[in-house]
Amino acid sequence: MLVSYQTFMIRVENLSKAFGPKVAVNRISFSVEKGEVLGFLGPNGAGKSTSMRMITGFIPPSEGKITVGGYDMVADPIPAKRLIGYLPENAPSYADMTVSGFLGFCAELRGLRGDEKKKAVNRAVEMCFLESVYYQSVDTLSKGYRHRTCFAQSIIHDPDILILDEPTDGLDPNQKHEIRSLIRRMGEKKVIIFSTHILEEVEAVCSRAIIIDRGQIVANGTPQELKQKSDLAGAVLLCASGVTAAEVTDRLANVSGARKTTIVKQDQGKIWARVYPKSESRNGELARAVHQAVQGWAIEELHTEEGRLDEVFRNITLPDTAKEETK
Amino acid sequence: MNSFGNITAITKRELGGYFSSPVAYIFIVIFLLLTGTFTFLFGGFFERGQANLEAFFLWHPWLYLFLVPAVGMRLWAEERRSGTIELLLTMPITAWQAILGKFLASWAFIGLALVLTFPVFITVNYLGTPDNGVIWATYLGSFLMAGSYLAISSLTSALTRNQVVSLILSVVICLLLVLCGFQPLTDFLAARFSPAVVDTVASFSFLTHFMSFTKGVVDSRDVIFYLSIMVFSLFTTSVIIRSHRAG
Ligand SMILES: Nc1ncnc2c1ncn2[C@@H]1O[C@H](COP(=O)(O)OP(=O)(O)O)[C@@H](O)[C@H]1O
Ligand SMILES: [Mg+2]
Repeated sequence: MLVSYQTFMIRVENLSKAFGPKVAVNRISFSVEKGEVLGFLGPNGAGKSTSMRMITGFIPPSEGKITVGGYDMVADPIPAKRLIGYLPENAPSYADMTVSGFLGFCAELRGLRGDEKKKAVNRAVEMCFLESVYYQSVDTLSKGYRHRTCFAQSIIHDPDILILDEPTDGLDPNQKHEIRSLIRRMGEKKVIIFSTHILEEVEAVCSRAIIIDRGQIVANGTPQELKQKSDLAGAVLLCASGVTAAEVTDRLANVSGARKTTIVKQDQGKIWARVYPKSESRNGELARAVHQAVQGWAIEELHTEEGRLDEVFRNITLPDTAKEETK
Repeated sequence: MNSFGNITAITKRELGGYFSSPVAYIFIVIFLLLTGTFTFLFGGFFERGQANLEAFFLWHPWLYLFLVPAVGMRLWAEERRSGTIELLLTMPITAWQAILGKFLASWAFIGLALVLTFPVFITVNYLGTPDNGVIWATYLGSFLMAGSYLAISSLTSALTRNQVVSLILSVVICLLLVLCGFQPLTDFLAARFSPAVVDTVASFSFLTHFMSFTKGVVDSRDVIFYLSIMVFSLFTTSVIIRSHRAG
């Protein structure tokens, strides 16, 4: 019984937040289970940070309910907060402290003392590669190290739940990679929610993604499922050499199961064309049909596309300019 | 027990924060220099020819007016400016523990500055035989008064993310609370209003309640006055902090 009760570590129901007349988050609902890495996707100003601030108990919701590990975040915040490690946006930390002092302080607020505290700090320092700056003051650190120091703070008590607001924002590619592999590694045993507007990140680490736009959830699924929403999903890309564009469109026009054909590009005698499917069928039928239709040509490449997340993202979220207009 | 641990951790960090920058040392030096100057130069400590510290304590309400808000201005303004308030308040602690922990740290800091005025105490005991009971009572009154100034600074610090704005606001509020018991002003009021009005206004003054301490009287009404200023201001601090987050 207890097991089924505990499968949902975070449950959010009809969560809303209004700042004066401005509705930043509008009735969002979702739940996250242990072992899931949930990506919070959305353009700037979509309401990702506001949602996370409510889930972590920093700001109270205007409406709705947040349950963390069975505890209501509004009615019973202390035990709920104990379960969570949080990396706020921009990774704040006390500039006047040393890395060791800062992590020690955070460990103390997590109720760790003496040997336990020392072990916790050492573990976090090791996981975030902070050994070299251990005694350095936070305000002398580079941005990457400051970021990791705050990240270390969030995992210091080995929490069941990690909430990370743009954990890779402003880091260089190597640091991004490190943080991502850290998230992936920890995601096996924990619940992780992290926000980003970088799409490749979602594919690299998430087991599920939620896309938020203007305070509302507009999509919720695995990266695979989201990609299927793409126009491109199931399309067949063909690359052939020694033929003309006219020949290609002509030949591919009559392929069964094809909706339309476009020439993607032409370069050094090669020609790329994309054939869009009529229906949702995607067992490679279209690819076989295309293959049949172009027999005799020198084929350089032929494959079925998965769909692209950035395209889905663009289609279901409004760009900033359009948003200004709807205001 | 748990909440005690949280408060201690916050107090410790905050005190560390004071001493990690030269500001703390500068503050203490300025405080000691000013108390010394005022006591010996303007207070006429030697000329009085009396073995007491009246000349020393006389200036405390006025010195605190600028020095204490300078100590308290960073309490919450800095947390808000740097965003660390988001870390602090998502820890498994209550806002009260954070408010109290921070307040106690700044109060302890002022306490330390007061302790460091011990040479005055030694001097007066070396030169004569003062009533040390009166001196201890006045120290206590001064410490309580500093706590009240600080609690008000904590309140104004929570209002803004700008430390300077916080400083100015608390100086103004504290000035009002000092002035409403200041002799020239009470005389002015007495000429126009009934004594009841004057007494009511004066009863809100830091000065009025400090006076009995300087005479060696620890009246529970004065202690309660300072304590209630602190409780009220810290409570208001918590309301302000909550309202920020409510958006
Ligand atoms: N404290 C606040 N007061 C007023 N508006 C706010 C506040 N915090 C956020 N907002 C507004 O709410 C919207 C969502 O912001 P945010 O959650 O930070 O978006 P994201 O993190 O997705 O970029 C934005 O339009 C922002 O201006
Ligand atoms: Mg954000």
